[in-house]
Amino acid sequence: MSSDAAVQPARPIVLMEHLCKSYSFGSSQLPALQEIDLVFEQGQYIAIMGPSGSGKSTLLNLLGCLDKPTSGSYWLGGEDVSKLDDDRLSRIRGQRIGFIFQSYNLIAQLDVIENIEVPMYYQNYPQRRSFRRAVQLAAMVGLSDRLRHRPCELSGGQQQRVAIARALANDPLIILGDEPTGNLDSHSGADILGILDNLHKQGKTLIIVTHDQNVAARAQRVIHLLDGRVEKEVYN
Amino acid sequence: MNYELLQRTLKMGSRSLWNHRLRSTLTTLGIIFGVSSVIAMLAIGEGASREAQLQIAKLGSTNIIVKTVKPPENQIATGKQNSILDYGLTYDDATRFREVIPNVQVVVPVRRISQQAWYRNRKIGIEVIGTVPWYTEMAPVHVRQGHFLTDIDLRHQQGVCVIDENVVKNLFMFDDPLDQYIKIAGNYYRVIGIVSSFQGIKAGGAFELQPSPAVNTASSIGSVYIPLTAAKARFGEFTFQGGASGGRVEKVELQEITVKVASSDQVLMIRDIIEGIMSRFHKKKDYQIEVPLELLRQAAQTKRIFSIVLGSIAAISLLVGGIGIMNIMLASVSERTREIGVRRALGATRHDIIIQFLSETVLLTLMGGILGIILGSLIPYFVTLFSGMPTAITFISLILAFGISAAVGIAFGLYPAYRAAHMDPIESLRHE
Repeated sequence: MSSDAAVQPARPIVLMEHLCKSYSFGSSQLPALQEIDLVFEQGQYIAIMGPSGSGKSTLLNLLGCLDKPTSGSYWLGGEDVSKLDDDRLSRIRGQRIGFIFQSYNLIAQLDVIENIEVPMYYQNYPQRRSFRRAVQLAAMVGLSDRLRHRPCELSGGQQQRVAIARALANDPLIILGDEPTGNLDSHSGADILGILDNLHKQGKTLIIVTHDQNVAARAQRVIHLLDGRVEKEVYN
Repeated sequence: MNYELLQRTLKMGSRSLWNHRLRSTLTTLGIIFGVSSVIAMLAIGEGASREAQLQIAKLGSTNIIVKTVKPPENQIATGKQNSILDYGLTYDDATRFREVIPNVQVVVPVRRISQQAWYRNRKIGIEVIGTVPWYTEMAPVHVRQGHFLTDIDLRHQQGVCVIDENVVKNLFMFDDPLDQYIKIAGNYYRVIGIVSSFQGIKAGGAFELQPSPAVNTASSIGSVYIPLTAAKARFGEFTFQGGASGGRVEKVELQEITVKVASSDQVLMIRDIIEGIMSRFHKKKDYQIEVPLELLRQAAQTKRIFSIVLGSIAAISLLVGGIGIMNIMLASVSERTREIGVRRALGATRHDIIIQFLSETVLLTLMGGILGIILGSLIPYFVTLFSGMPTAITFISLILAFGISAAVGIAFGLYPAYRAAHMDPIESLRHE
């Protein structure tokens, strides 16, 4: 993606309207998110912060199409995904969303290349094409010399880099990160943030949930959640 | 494209199984034992059944064999110690059969006598079989050299004989028997032909045939066929059955008459006719009618029951193997909860997850099936080698065993795969 994001008129890539999510326990309802109205433009770098219980994880799950809202609508890339069935949602996740988890979540039995290929495997990419792309992405995150290593043979920072490459595999609309530096030391963490900065420069849309002020500092927009609502928004 | 997908799925599945080699092996054992026992047991059953059917078929499915039987003591009229016990089939019976039974093809009367045969200075125990030239039409004897008895021999009570290969081997050794003379009970017989040996029936359950009286198979090494008329002339019909407390003289004309009918459909009807003739002319129950066709049917029925029983036992062991697989797959799914969540987040549908786990199970059972087939084919081989029991591996049993193992795999793998696919991705990702 070229950096002509500034030249083109920005289109909302994420549009949340009156989004609500509550969990039912027997007869009682526990509201996790209430009346969330958010608009994210393409190419933005967004951080989501808040104390525990504020609804960060719930919002992340909704953004990632892992869960469906109780009411309201969620438009991703111009399509209302709030009412789709499981199969369609799986497709959307595979094609339009790239996940980065706090604990990397690489598949232990597969090596670096195969891990990066997983999202492409589920979209039925031909073997040769997915391999080539995986090699490219591995190079982009600086792991060309570890293509056949297993996750257990990599450091935390290296594993997270594989995870980032994997998240980019299908050229998603948004990259969702859940505390990407949470399990890393400050040095590796800075590496990862550097890579994320690069992605932002390339015009990718990043949405990162974090506790870390350092991460928030790098974002364009910081959204603070409290008790399931947007408390405030800060622009850097 | 689909072929490639299948290939990658299988590669992924086998990699996963390889990573847990011990566990996979132990799981497959159930299937291996199940499949191999199906094949081995069915092979043993099939071998035994084929052997029995072969023996019975040699007697001829269009034959009815009427045999002389010594009547039970209470039917013998009490009389003086020295009275002659007259029983069994007679030449008249043979004639009656020939005249009364419609469409009868051949009636073969047989007289058996235990004797010693001499050649040069060697002697062996043999069974003399006095019969007619058309004996070869109903009995499984093949003339190897020379020829069988002829009508002329029969008419003229010629002192000729046809010997079987056991006699050749034990009495003549390396000499050429044809045109040589052997001496039986003081009379000389010229050898005119050599026939193949007929193996007696081995005992076995419902289809054991009774040996004819006056035949002591333990001491006769082979058979010597002479014309019935010669037997009648030279041996007469009287035999002395000796015992510690004195003996009695018995008169038996024929030991056996074999009736061959035109087709196996008529066998049962003709059997009834024979039964009618015999009961009319024989006051005592001194005969017995054997119908090889019925024995064949009994044998087939026995085999069917056998197969069902053996098959059920084997099926149960396959079931147990399948439950073992389900158990292991459930544990495997549980262990990989997180991985399943990750895959779902990366775009895997429920269908993808089911295929992933199902393919592992199917690989396990297919592998078990193949190894089971190999083992199941080896076992009957060794059984035959060490026990002499014939076995026959049927192609059907291989297909059956393999198909069932594949079905077991899919059936018992479906539930764990379904469980895996329907886990909530969010819960799974939170899992340890």
